[in-house]
Amino acid sequence: MIPDLKYSQFNSYSILIEWKAIIDENVLEDVLRFKLCIEKEYIKEKVEVISTYNSILIVYNISIENVNTKISNLKALYSKLDKVKTLNTSTWKIPVCYHDDFATDLEGFSNKKKLSKAEIIKLHSGTIYTVFFIGFLPGFLYLGGLDSKLHFDRKITPNLNVKKGSVAIGGEQTGIYPQDSPGGWHIIGNSPIALFDSNSNPPCFIKAGDKIQFHPVSILEYSAIKESVEASKFNLSSLLV
Amino acid sequence: MIKVIKSGFYTTIQDLGRFGYRRYGVPVSGAMDLYSCEFANALLGNSRGCAVLEMTMVGPTLQFLKPTRIVLSGAFMNPKLNAIPIDMNSVVSVKRNDVLSFGRLEYGFRSYLAVKGGFKSEAIFGSRSMYTDITTSAHVEKDDAINYLSVDDVFDNSNAHVKYNDYVFNNEYLEVFKGPEYDKLSKTQKDALLNRELKVSKYNNRMAYQLEPLLENTLEPILTSPVLPGTVQLTPLGQLIVLMRDCQTTGGYPRILLLTENAINTLSQKSTGNVLKIRLKD
Repeated sequence: MIPDLKYSQFNSYSILIEWKAIIDENVLEDVLRFKLCIEKEYIKEKVEVISTYNSILIVYNISIENVNTKISNLKALYSKLDKVKTLNTSTWKIPVCYHDDFATDLEGFSNKKKLSKAEIIKLHSGTIYTVFFIGFLPGFLYLGGLDSKLHFDRKITPNLNVKKGSVAIGGEQTGIYPQDSPGGWHIIGNSPIALFDSNSNPPCFIKAGDKIQFHPVSILEYSAIKESVEASKFNLSSLLV
Repeated sequence: MIKVIKSGFYTTIQDLGRFGYRRYGVPVSGAMDLYSCEFANALLGNSRGCAVLEMTMVGPTLQFLKPTRIVLSGAFMNPKLNAIPIDMNSVVSVKRNDVLSFGRLEYGFRSYLAVKGGFKSEAIFGSRSMYTDITTSAHVEKDDAINYLSVDDVFDNSNAHVKYNDYVFNNEYLEVFKGPEYDKLSKTQKDALLNRELKVSKYNNRMAYQLEPLLENTLEPILTSPVLPGTVQLTPLGQLIVLMRDCQTTGGYPRILLLTENAINTLSQKSTGNVLKIRLKD
């Protein structure tokens, strides 16, 4: 089936392509295939492609002169899209320490949801999550797949300072805070892995389309990994499944 | 080097911003009023992407430790070199140990200082624009030293006749395109949006400007989607939020309007209490 895509000019130097507004792995795959193809096609033109659940925004570095030509070119490109070759994605095992020292909201979460801490940890780390895109903050992963038993409304008053590495649940989503920042999600653990490193290029080792799984670690293991990460000695490929 | 004697209210190093890193959630950043920034660079014969100082509301006090040529553009903050007033939008020769200071802000909100060849501060992902957790510091602080190349004091004024267009100060309108969710607005909402005077709220910074009053909102949130500087979001409470250069890369509020580049530059020179109207561009 050919999905019904909507092409429109966004501002004077960008074009938006939208799929049906759903969170869906098949849509994601189509979005990512098209994104790769656009990046390849326009490699010399300095074009930036931003993808989300159901959109692609193509940002050109100069104003668009003829938007209709640009859109027909994009449509032609889409019709030639290779839908057979599998996308090159990885699965990562991300260590998380669910100890009370980090999991400042786990107790409250457990009481409200009438689930034991152990059950919450089992559900949270027993799922393989899909990375839909990176957005909001540098290195913030939009993950799909949180068990519905763990869905929990965001806090009414956000925390002003959520610590870097915090693993949290908000609404139907779970995520990791890549930097210290304000946030309204419930904190249930912390990961010692740096999801964003401005000294590396690319700064994120995880990309849209990848899968991640949370792997519970003790405080001792957490400290050992953290030390190694901070000394830039940690081998990221050891996280590959 | 420039030695920062006083940092001013909020001073950052900016250029055209980071291109190609939004897929990692990195904001594009860059000078808020790109017109004034590019004008200052052009007057010095610099390339478009040379780094400048963006000085907000209250200017810094700076000492030049090497000779160079400078241009000030954008907001008028009564600039003085060694206590003597100097012109905006013209090339000024600076000698070793000269001190640049600023007085009262008379119009606009952000002033730009360009030096010949640009500031040579740390570049991350192809840009010197300061941003938390990307560059080492998020803004310029007292006692900072900012490097630039020394220029011999042979003054060539031939480039200095380009005229500064002060639309960024005189514009009473923000020109906008319709955003992806514009057509979901009711006629009443559209009329209110296009006919009302909008006031800059106290929530205005490099990330976003909030405009008042509230616009009654019945739109549902959208799936988190791409946004760009200039995107006008409508929150469930009816707040109008104009995203600016340091904005996040994605957002979940309906994107009802998109400011043109000129409109972003214009809004960058506005501050709390300033009043504007919106005009749809066809």
